[in-house]
Amino acid sequence: MAIFNLNINGKSQQVDVDPNTPMLWVLRDHLDLVGTKFGCGIAQCGACTIHLDGNAVRSCQLPVSSAQDSQITTIEGLSETGDHPVQKAWMEHDVPQCGYCQAGQIMTAAALLQQNPNPSEEEIENAMNGNICRCGTYTRIKAAVITASQNL
Amino acid sequence: MTTLDKKLDRRSFLKVSALAGGGMVLSFSWLAGCKPTTEEELLAMPKEWFELNSYIKIGENGVVTLYSSSPEFGQNVKTSMPMILAEELDVDWKKVIVEQGNFDSQRFQRQSAGGSQSIRQGWTPLRTAGATARAMLVGAAAQIWNVPASEITTSAGILEHKGSGKKAHYGEMASLATAIEVPENPKLKDITDFKIIGNSKKNVEAEKIVTGKPLFGIDYKVEGMKYAAIVHPPAFGMKVKSFDASYVLGMSGIQEVFTINIFNENYVRTFFDVATFPELLVVVGNSTWEVFQAKKNLKVEWENAPESSFTMTGFGGRNPYKVTVPEGLESSANHREKMAEYTQKPGNVVRRDGDPEGAFKKAAKVLEKTYTAPFLAHNTMEPANFFAHVTAEKAELYGPTQWPEPMSAALADRLGIPKENIKINLARMGGGFGLRAYGHHLLEAALISQKIAAPVKMVYTREDEMTYGIYRPTYSATYRAALDENNNLLALHVKAGGVPESPLHANRFPAGAIDNYLAEAWEIPSNITVGAFRAPRSNFMAAAEQSFLDELAEVMEKDPIAFRLELLKRAETNPVGENNDYDAKRYAGVLELVRDKSNWNTPAAGVHRGVSAYFCHNSYVAEVVDTKIVDSKPVVEKVYAAVDCGIVVNPDSATNMGEGAIVDGIGNAFFGELAFENGVATKTNFDKYRMIRHKEAPKKIEVYFVDSKEDPTGLGEPFFPPVFAAVANSLYKATGKRYYEQPFAPQLEMQNLKM
Repeated sequence: MAIFNLNINGKSQQVDVDPNTPMLWVLRDHLDLVGTKFGCGIAQCGACTIHLDGNAVRSCQLPVSSAQDSQITTIEGLSETGDHPVQKAWMEHDVPQCGYCQAGQIMTAAALLQQNPNPSEEEIENAMNGNICRCGTYTRIKAAVITASQNL
Repeated sequence: MTTLDKKLDRRSFLKVSALAGGGMVLSFSWLAGCKPTTEEELLAMPKEWFELNSYIKIGENGVVTLYSSSPEFGQNVKTSMPMILAEELDVDWKKVIVEQGNFDSQRFQRQSAGGSQSIRQGWTPLRTAGATARAMLVGAAAQIWNVPASEITTSAGILEHKGSGKKAHYGEMASLATAIEVPENPKLKDITDFKIIGNSKKNVEAEKIVTGKPLFGIDYKVEGMKYAAIVHPPAFGMKVKSFDASYVLGMSGIQEVFTINIFNENYVRTFFDVATFPELLVVVGNSTWEVFQAKKNLKVEWENAPESSFTMTGFGGRNPYKVTVPEGLESSANHREKMAEYTQKPGNVVRRDGDPEGAFKKAAKVLEKTYTAPFLAHNTMEPANFFAHVTAEKAELYGPTQWPEPMSAALADRLGIPKENIKINLARMGGGFGLRAYGHHLLEAALISQKIAAPVKMVYTREDEMTYGIYRPTYSATYRAALDENNNLLALHVKAGGVPESPLHANRFPAGAIDNYLAEAWEIPSNITVGAFRAPRSNFMAAAEQSFLDELAEVMEKDPIAFRLELLKRAETNPVGENNDYDAKRYAGVLELVRDKSNWNTPAAGVHRGVSAYFCHNSYVAEVVDTKIVDSKPVVEKVYAAVDCGIVVNPDSATNMGEGAIVDGIGNAFFGELAFENGVATKTNFDKYRMIRHKEAPKKIEVYFVDSKEDPTGLGEPFFPPVFAAVANSLYKATGKRYYEQPFAPQLEMQNLKM
């Protein structure tokens, strides 16, 4: 066990955990930020996507020890009031079915648009390909990303 | 016409209220958690609620709470079922708060998500509940205003008496309305007067979902809660021999290691009491990560399990029967071999019309094809989990379940706590697809909590989940058609089976359309457990039947849609046999609609199209799939779907469901497969188990609903079965090869069409 100082959603947080603990479980079990979801544990589904210094990363493969000096953003901190253009577009297109993967989808999309505000359809497909939606809402996800890019 | 359910009457309502301590505790409201963005959303919470029945309570300020009693797993009943209540109650949707009703068989009826039945079976009871409450509000206004109830109108939560100019909102009458006699047969709206039903409403939980609020079982936490993981045998046909926890107990955050037995020895199980492994190892500790790490390091010796048996009540309360679980470590290669043998042997005749054997004898030509599909894992995105807090007197559970009722009996038996002291609260589920109808995870969590005498959240790893069983079975179906020298269809023979069950629906189309028809079934026992998977059995039979009809149409030199319509015309005008369980006219209707909407006869350049149609869960769906070959890769460009599911409550949400089921079907048609070697599942996570991803989804999906005044029927499942054959039939057009074995991607790869 060791103490780690983290910057999450603009706030300083301290946790006392094993250095190998993935950020996913630090967020979920220790900091009660449960919007970031556990899907596979091997970085294959994207449900646990967070932003590390603005880049979309899979928190299930990110040990807490390597997240100390970075700015971490989770779905809870993407916007203060749920009004990030990606979140708004998700609601406009009524994307979610079960909703479990959607935080990860949104975080991936938000990072994409941060880096590339006007992605082509192909760029959207490539960026979103690592996020599985078992309900199959991919066509709506794509439409929502396009809408969000127009409303940035 | 169904009359008012007894559960809505005043006496039982009052009883429920008394049990609940005189008023229901509000757990949350979907509005409370988010900042209002429009004036309408600035709903002030009322000071007092008045419950008019199990589903409806009204605040003194006119705000209405509607309970959604069905479990929610993405089918969006949490929005659509309250829409039905709101319609008949005649309220402003903007003043409605939706709350999840927890499992309570006294208060609500049919709290289950399965068989695409929520809306169908909820339709009349929910309309009646809404209309009853409206009539009571009207009755209250009539008393206070001293005017005849028949002269009072309602609109969007406002009562009005035009003659006297009197007006009031529902909140003003709610208190008195609770004292009004519950009407026996309240008048339901004429469907042409619907204002909410048929007009798309957004998912009531959308904002919570997109902002990451805790909605799911896996998100739940209470003070002092422990975390638990399970270890199950590595292979079907194995069991625990011994274990050594000494190393693990020295690991950080680990508290206890023990085994649990899921059922009491003589417990008569229900259909949903599937426990693949009757004994499991459990690791309890301080966090999910720590128990996951510990389970990897647990030293366990496994041994082969002998043949065993248990007693199960028949589906729908039929007589109990004995279920035998065979011993042995099974492999997919053996399954394939055995299935091939069974296709050559006579099966059990389930239906015979005319003289099929005679017709085949005099046939000039026989077309015979065999179709197969592998086991499939459900792969819900949220792994199995449940919270349980069991004390000496009572048990409280929270988590994902499609069907709490059978589990309350199993829990009562195993925990030794009366049913009425067991509370099962319903979380939003991260997918279900049939899997969460089976409640072993509730029992496991409860047994763990009972053993450690503390609240606990048990969570499966993805690997635990994918290798636990309760799969879609592997199936095979052989179709034979007898033709005369002029290519007239003389007879059809279907023989279908699987491991461990047959997928046959003997009375479905094309039964009823062919004079000489024979349907046979066979089954091969297995210790690999199976369960409902989105449109059980239909999801395979549609693939086989609709692929065969496509090939048969080609042999008969007929257009595939025209051929099906010919058969359906026969079934409509002069049906063969008894018990045909479909409406041929509605079936033809969706084929005609998809033909027109897709411009069937004039596909775009470079597009290869296939069609398929199927009836299940009381609804009819026809689909056209357009495939292109782009850079030596099959690409599903576009899908057209036509559906007849009666009245559509929430059209955009219904469209979403259709789009999702179509994507699900395409994914499983190309990639879905779970195989076994010596009892071990060969795929354990998404690195090996290929799921459809963003790039493989069609560019466009168009969903068309038949304009209907019929009561609603199933929706979540019926879109799924036809996809497989529509894909196969379009691939045939693209490559010149028929696809008989699912999944298709490995065969395409052999043709240098890598996906």
